[in-house]
Amino acid sequence: MADNVLSLHGISKLFAGFRALDGVDMSISRGTVHAILGENGAGKTTLMNVLFGLYQPEEGEIRLNGKPVRISSPRQAMTMGIGMIHQHFMLVDSLTVAENVALGLPGQGLSLDLDRIAARLAELSHEYGFDIDPHEVVWKLPIGMRQRVEILKVLFRDAEVVIFDEPTSVLAPNEIASFLDGLRRLRAAGRTVLFITHKLDEVEAVADDVTIMQHGKVSARMKVAQTDARDMARKMVGREVVHDRMDKGDIAPGAPILQVSDLVVEDARGIEAVKGVTLSVRAGEVLGVAGVDGNGQAELANAIVGLLAPKSGSVLVDDADVTSASVHVRRQRHRVSYVPEDRHHTGLVLDFSIAQNAMLRDFTAAPFSRGGVVQTRTVREKATDWVRRYDVRMRGIDQKVRFLSGGNQQKLIFAREVESDPRVLIVMQPTKGLDVGAIEAVQRTVIAERAAGKAVLYISTELEHILTVADRIAVMCAGEITGVLTPDEVTTERIGALMGGLHEGAEA
Amino acid sequence: MLTLLSDPQALADLLGTSLRLAVPIAFAAIGGVISERSGVFNVALEGCILGGAFGAAVGTYLFGTPVAGLALAVVVALIAGLILAGLAVGLAINQLVAGIAINILMLGMTSYLARLILGADATTTMPGFEPFALPGLSAIPFFGPILFDVDVLTYALYLLVPFCWWAIYRTPWGLSLRAIGDYPVAADSAGISVPKVRTFAVLISCALAGMGGAYIVLAQVHVFTENMSAGKGFIALAALILGRWNPVGAFLACLFFGFSDALQLRLQFSAPDVPYQLFSMVPFVASFLALVVFAGKVRPPAAIGTRYIRGGK
Repeated sequence: MADNVLSLHGISKLFAGFRALDGVDMSISRGTVHAILGENGAGKTTLMNVLFGLYQPEEGEIRLNGKPVRISSPRQAMTMGIGMIHQHFMLVDSLTVAENVALGLPGQGLSLDLDRIAARLAELSHEYGFDIDPHEVVWKLPIGMRQRVEILKVLFRDAEVVIFDEPTSVLAPNEIASFLDGLRRLRAAGRTVLFITHKLDEVEAVADDVTIMQHGKVSARMKVAQTDARDMARKMVGREVVHDRMDKGDIAPGAPILQVSDLVVEDARGIEAVKGVTLSVRAGEVLGVAGVDGNGQAELANAIVGLLAPKSGSVLVDDADVTSASVHVRRQRHRVSYVPEDRHHTGLVLDFSIAQNAMLRDFTAAPFSRGGVVQTRTVREKATDWVRRYDVRMRGIDQKVRFLSGGNQQKLIFAREVESDPRVLIVMQPTKGLDVGAIEAVQRTVIAERAAGKAVLYISTELEHILTVADRIAVMCAGEITGVLTPDEVTTERIGALMGGLHEGAEA
Repeated sequence: MLTLLSDPQALADLLGTSLRLAVPIAFAAIGGVISERSGVFNVALEGCILGGAFGAAVGTYLFGTPVAGLALAVVVALIAGLILAGLAVGLAINQLVAGIAINILMLGMTSYLARLILGADATTTMPGFEPFALPGLSAIPFFGPILFDVDVLTYALYLLVPFCWWAIYRTPWGLSLRAIGDYPVAADSAGISVPKVRTFAVLISCALAGMGGAYIVLAQVHVFTENMSAGKGFIALAALILGRWNPVGAFLACLFFGFSDALQLRLQFSAPDVPYQLFSMVPFVASFLALVVFAGKVRPPAAIGTRYIRGGK
């Protein structure tokens, strides 16, 4: 057991009586990539927060290099050589890369020596093949680069064990490959990597060992070389997962409902993020929009739902020009529904209850309110009905949405947006951060909407998920549509080229 | 009005008055910058100025020297700061409510204790800090006598502004401060104690505001009167927003408010038939206008006003 850099014995963590972790045992060998696999809500993140000193376990023992330790704070974890890259990046957007690295760095004098830090950063960045300018302000960096900054932060502190919490959930497909390469480089440099995920292919690609968690307990541990994806999937969810394309049923698409022409949208910084996009979605059709994150998809979606005013071009819903209509008019009169990318900021009011969030879209209208008075009973009946039908797992409809897992939050948003009987449904990154079961539920809902004759615009960076649901796939790069494919035409090379900006045709 | 600008002596007087009126606000505003950069609204600046003024008067009265007054001013303001930090940082109570509570507490406490301690002597003027000319600098034509023939607290302010700028932008501590004000979770995960930095920032902030209060008593009026802070703490809050949460900017904004205040005093004298209350509004109207004009471009610390509890999602 001498080669175990880290081992856990009977770790339990309680939140208000709920056992988020229940007697977890685990041992991690030095210089390996160790994956921790589990669905959302299995306790993976809680476990990592325990290791990083953010939470104190109620029971159990942590051993570092064979010696029992108590990790009481992140600072202590770092001095012990444990570094963590959180799912939500711990970067201050308004500061530069070097400043973010300098933040909390021990051993600094009275004065801030950013030049020295920047020089060392440039060295590290070169060594690991990251291409980072230490003086760039973080908010200007794309997501993949921010993650590299996080990794550099940890490397700068000479961490022996590097913990990654769902590192690829925020990355685009082409960024994932280089991220996995980064993991291999870390291992080659003798560091130990702990890597939380629910993506089986990534575990197969880089991990040496895997520990599978379910409901706060360890359900299996094995060598990756001695298992396969199906086996791991079964142990993770407790059943076989359908990995193949869903049977959508053949539907002849009807008339175009959503028509976008020559849309030009500027982002918050005044840069053209969408450069003349033309697309149309017909009734009973799912148009997928693929592409690397940050190529104008968010601005496109926001301009269609009315959150951003386009610079030029038009948006038509059922032949009515809504280009300058307010969000309210679009949602109520033209029945545009929207599942936003950011559940926490745009999709939900986290401190409202499930019932309150359920009526958030249509609370000004019947049946939720009559004569300006909210019909509490109707709201509760509807909410109760929806959580049952959409399988939102919760303790009660008065529970704050904050305490639902990401998948259940997403199901609630889908219930709200879909139950309003929209003409157009825009979904943006709907599967981000969700586990296999929740992804399936989301996809079933989208396909049901398609069957009901809705026009669905499905924007995602997860190519496989788009392939599952979409009838046509438009690929965006640098604010333009570089090509439109049917799922049968998609090959890795072709779609990779389109994502990389090689044009085929420009209208969807 | 025109004669004011064409007559150099009148103009020098006006600018001198502007500076004197700006100093107490500037101390508080710079204090406010530090606190708000760490993400804590310091509405209690007003109460801290008042507490500082009270402490300065009592200290000077009891020990006969303005140095003791200044020391007690800082102590009283620090007590207010401890209460604010305890409530807003320690107990994570709403920062605005905590600040307002302190303002009310300070108003009542200082009025009561001043009567108790100073009693009949409340109206006798007490010793303070006298202006002294800096050799060389005060010889600069026109601006020399205005800027470099002042009291020790004003000189201290001259040093404080660049020092605070350096501390905020050029030290690891300042980096922590800015990070905590924008995204405390990131700072926490980098091993910085959010409550510690915030508590320290609030204490410094209140101590500086207290020095501003001490200035009013020790360098300006030499007596303590009830509620003599008279809204200066709130002007300081406006000044720090106008100054973009930057100590240099806040100082310049204070000079602007000081100038508009000096101007209205002048106008009161030059137009005695106009009700003086109209002119008294000038600094406040000016602060409104300044805030409106510069609104929109302002980006406050992102986490300002929010409590931070580790593990809370």
